Amino acid sequence: MLQGWVIASISFAYLGVLFAIAYFGDKRADAGRSIIANPTIYALSLAVYCTTWTFYGSVGRAASTGIGFLPIYLGPTLMAGLWWFVMLKIIRISKANRITSIADFVSSRYGKSQLLGGLVTIIAVVGIIPYISLQLKAISNSFTILLHYPEIVMPARAEALPLLQDSALYIALILAAFTILFGTRHLDATERHEGMVAAIAFESIVKLIAFIAVGAFVTFGIYNGFGDIFDRAEAVPKLKALMTVSDTGASYGSWWSLTFLSMLSIMFLPRQFQISVVENVNERHLTRAIWLFPLYLLLINIFVLPIAVGGLLHFPDGSVDADTFVLTLPMAERQEALALLVYIGGLSAGTGMVIVETIALSTMVCNDLVMPVLLRWKALRLQEEHDLSGLLLSIRRWAIAVILLLGYVYFRAAGEAYALVGIGLISFAAVAQFAPAIIGGIYWKGGTRRGAMAGLTAGFAVWTYTLLLPSFAKSGWLSLDFISEGLFGIGLLKPQQLFGLSGLGEIPHSLFWSMLANIGCYVAFSLHRRPDVVEASQGTLFVDAFRNTESAAGSRFWRGSAQVHDLLPLIGRFLGPERARDAFLAYARRRGLASIDALEANADLVHFAETLLAGAIGGASARVMVASVVKEEPLGIDEVMNILDEASQVRAYSKQLEQKSRELEAATAGLRAANERLKELDRMKDDFMSTVTHELRTPLTSIRAFSEILFEDPKTDLTDRRKFLAIIVKETERLTRLINQVLDMAKIESGNAEWHTADVGLREIIEESIAATSSLFADKQVALDMALAGEVPMVRADRDRLIQVMLNLLSNAVKFCKEGAGRVTVRLGVDGSTVRVDVADNGPGISEADQHTIFEKFRQVGDTMTAKPQGTGLGLPISRQIIEHFGGRLWVKSGTGQGATFSFSLPMNREANEHHEERKAK
Amino acid sequence: MMKRSIVTGQRLVAAFLLGCVLFNYPLIALFNKPGEVFGIPLLYFYLFGAWALLIGLMVWAIERRKE
Amino acid sequence: MTKRILIVDDEPNIVVSLEFLMKREGFDVAVAADGEAALKSVEEKRPDLVLLDIMLPKKNGFEVCQTIRANPEWQSVKIVMLTAKGRDTEVAKGTALGADAYMTKPFSTKDLIAQVRQMLDAA
Repeated sequence: MLQGWVIASISFAYLGVLFAIAYFGDKRADAGRSIIANPTIYALSLAVYCTTWTFYGSVGRAASTGIGFLPIYLGPTLMAGLWWFVMLKIIRISKANRITSIADFVSSRYGKSQLLGGLVTIIAVVGIIPYISLQLKAISNSFTILLHYPEIVMPARAEALPLLQDSALYIALILAAFTILFGTRHLDATERHEGMVAAIAFESIVKLIAFIAVGAFVTFGIYNGFGDIFDRAEAVPKLKALMTVSDTGASYGSWWSLTFLSMLSIMFLPRQFQISVVENVNERHLTRAIWLFPLYLLLINIFVLPIAVGGLLHFPDGSVDADTFVLTLPMAERQEALALLVYIGGLSAGTGMVIVETIALSTMVCNDLVMPVLLRWKALRLQEEHDLSGLLLSIRRWAIAVILLLGYVYFRAAGEAYALVGIGLISFAAVAQFAPAIIGGIYWKGGTRRGAMAGLTAGFAVWTYTLLLPSFAKSGWLSLDFISEGLFGIGLLKPQQLFGLSGLGEIPHSLFWSMLANIGCYVAFSLHRRPDVVEASQGTLFVDAFRNTESAAGSRFWRGSAQVHDLLPLIGRFLGPERARDAFLAYARRRGLASIDALEANADLVHFAETLLAGAIGGASARVMVASVVKEEPLGIDEVMNILDEASQVRAYSKQLEQKSRELEAATAGLRAANERLKELDRMKDDFMSTVTHELRTPLTSIRAFSEILFEDPKTDLTDRRKFLAIIVKETERLTRLINQVLDMAKIESGNAEWHTADVGLREIIEESIAATSSLFADKQVALDMALAGEVPMVRADRDRLIQVMLNLLSNAVKFCKEGAGRVTVRLGVDGSTVRVDVADNGPGISEADQHTIFEKFRQVGDTMTAKPQGTGLGLPISRQIIEHFGGRLWVKSGTGQGATFSFSLPMNREANEHHEERKAK
Repeated sequence: MMKRSIVTGQRLVAAFLLGCVLFNYPLIALFNKPGEVFGIPLLYFYLFGAWALLIGLMVWAIERRKE
Repeated sequence: MTKRILIVDDEPNIVVSLEFLMKREGFDVAVAADGEAALKSVEEKRPDLVLLDIMLPKKNGFEVCQTIRANPEWQSVKIVMLTAKGRDTEVAKGTALGADAYMTKPFSTKDLIAQVRQMLDAA
């Protein structure tokens, strides 16, 4: 038999399993191997949306309004379609700004306002307390009912029970203890609770299995399938009515407004925000959740109507509360195990909601309500505390306990006035008030703090007046007159028929007026005054979240700086010194620095500290705390606007620019190359011009000078006269030589040179050249060796030109030899199909770099400024042109300090040679 | 970071809009009559059918995105 | 007192002509064939005027001019730059560095002597 202690121990065992999963999950998260990094787990965790309301309440609602239980699940399905844009944006913003709760989100968006964060927290707490009481009611009822197995006894009205016999109280206390253990073991800078997410995903599976099990049992076990159930329902008029929706405007209005309400709730219920945004591990998980979560909702709702109908058929006299059919049907059929499973399923549904919701709420209460007050309360001198992490944790624990107790209080005070679903809808209507501020916040930069405050306050006030107070009144705590007569007897202020709007259900009515007040005030107050500096910057950060690629955008708005040794203790006070140190170290490592001390005191560091702290105490308080450490010059709004404008302009232009610049680059690369070449040529031309000018003018100077001297004084000394005239002659020759060479070069290059090609013998040419340069050799006392092969084939070339080449090479060789120690070797021989001549000297040699240069026009080895060039720089280029003209090659082999060997080769003239041979043979 | 495939997003928004139409007054009134399909009441069948269709469309939109 | 002239040029023939000219005019003449030798000569015996070519080995004429001008003791030394390069930029550079006059080659002997006399008489 299912005795109390059996049920209790099974309950505790189940809670133990949950705890174990959570513990395991947290451990793995700390080790860096998260078990929840899985899109399916993420999607399942979202199913925390389904609480005992879904588990028990849906059937209850279906039993009274038929298909009318469904809109609550259609709403989230529809919303999922928009998640791709909206939810993704919220997640991205939250990650970038380290948002830890819905209050944090709102407060952060509207200028990091602590006041706004506090308001959101209050609304959330007040709004959710009824919802929590709903869970307590469901769990305690299910416990009580199961206790009486196999009899089916409805639980007594809660008010009737003395306090200490009320199981709900104990359940509340146990849940409080459990949640505290679950979620407040330590302070995490990111407010993530991976273990909790794992446990919630597990619970979602349990819920689904339990419900489907009982559904299948009722449909196929008790009855004979869907057809059977509905056929029987047809027979009963009351049941038949359930199959359709009543065809009235009010009914459709109700349908529509419930759908709309649930669309908002799936986003803005604190537990949904916590699970879907704060606990989100990876953006990508969202994609699977978009369809998996609606699928879950579909599956868990398939059997609702059959169970409802089945229950109504089974208990026609109405003695059994429809909310309990899920449990009482298996009980009535003596299915002990199934009943127990159902109970566990319900427990799952309830505990899941309570845990996540209270953790989310306690975080908000701690960060956005209590801490700001405490920090300002000078008397407490919290500024000087070294480790506030303990304080933070206790605040949260107390918050959890208080919230659960308040839930219990509401349960006792007002829980009986409504069926479960009714209570839940009141909470939905409360959190719907967050919608304008948040949706407006992420799409409208014009939303201001005042607007949000006004909207939230107005909406909340209307909600209180049209839903919360009436719920108290209906439970007897307030006079019912106020509902029927209106406040102070003013008919127009009837809370459920404000200003005469009648014909709407309670919820749609409240929704209409609260949204009107909320949105109206939000827009009006936002437009009334321009956003200030922080609002504008946060607005841009949020609305442009998809365009900002770095979260470093936030750091631009800190102009001050602070040393690490100021920031670290500050963070340590809230996170605990160890965790603060670890976080900073990780940050330093990410920047490639070895230690914390290497961190620069700049705006990025401050921004990092602020976001880190925001995780622990909320964005608004974090800003205040960090600002106290940082020496910051406040940015004027103009400067911020400039920064923002710059940023947006830059972004707008950058894309165009990128493309243009790519095209430009290609063009300029070509142009640049051409320009370089032109400049080079120009420079060379300049050099050439100035060198030639210089070369021309130098001999001219002497010629003129001496000519004038001789002309001035006819009686000049004879020896002097002779000397001077000799110089004039020599210089004239030099001048002529230069002019000739320049002209020569020009002719060869332009192809206008005259060539007298014939068969020539190189041996003879060499000998003649040597004879011509013998005086050079003698002057410098350079030795000359000859190694000329005997019979060398003829080549076809211009004799004079070849002599010119030989003279050039020989004179170069002599020029670069050391005086007295020089040695030049001339070789002539056959090399393959060519005839080759080498002129080797033992001079200083030519470095590899210069080997290319010496063949360039007017280029000579050595700087023209410091080592006076000894020639025109045209000799080698001309020689090369000549040799190449006849199909040969001219090159040099040398190394610094190894002397130089200039060689040229010319192709043999076969025909001529054969001819020659023949002639010689004759 | 998830690449924002705008097409997928638009398809999902289209699904949303379709859902708004399917699950609202005009169409619901259409099916709001007594009658049964495979033994299941008409409205019930329609709603769950449309629901399944909508989910199917979303699955298709997502699985078809170019990653 | 006889004025002393330093001739700096690496072209021997030009040196010969200048030397002859200056001696004929009654000046004491010193000769240097490169920049370093020029500065050494200035140190040994300070000239009254320097005929300075630009294209010199070791130190070029501009550097020599700059060095001379940098030394306060040699402020009175007149510098006449002689060069085959006649571009405006070169002239400007020379004057900027402190040359007192600038003559392009080939020069007229008459003009050169007149210039030298004028500068030395003015001193």
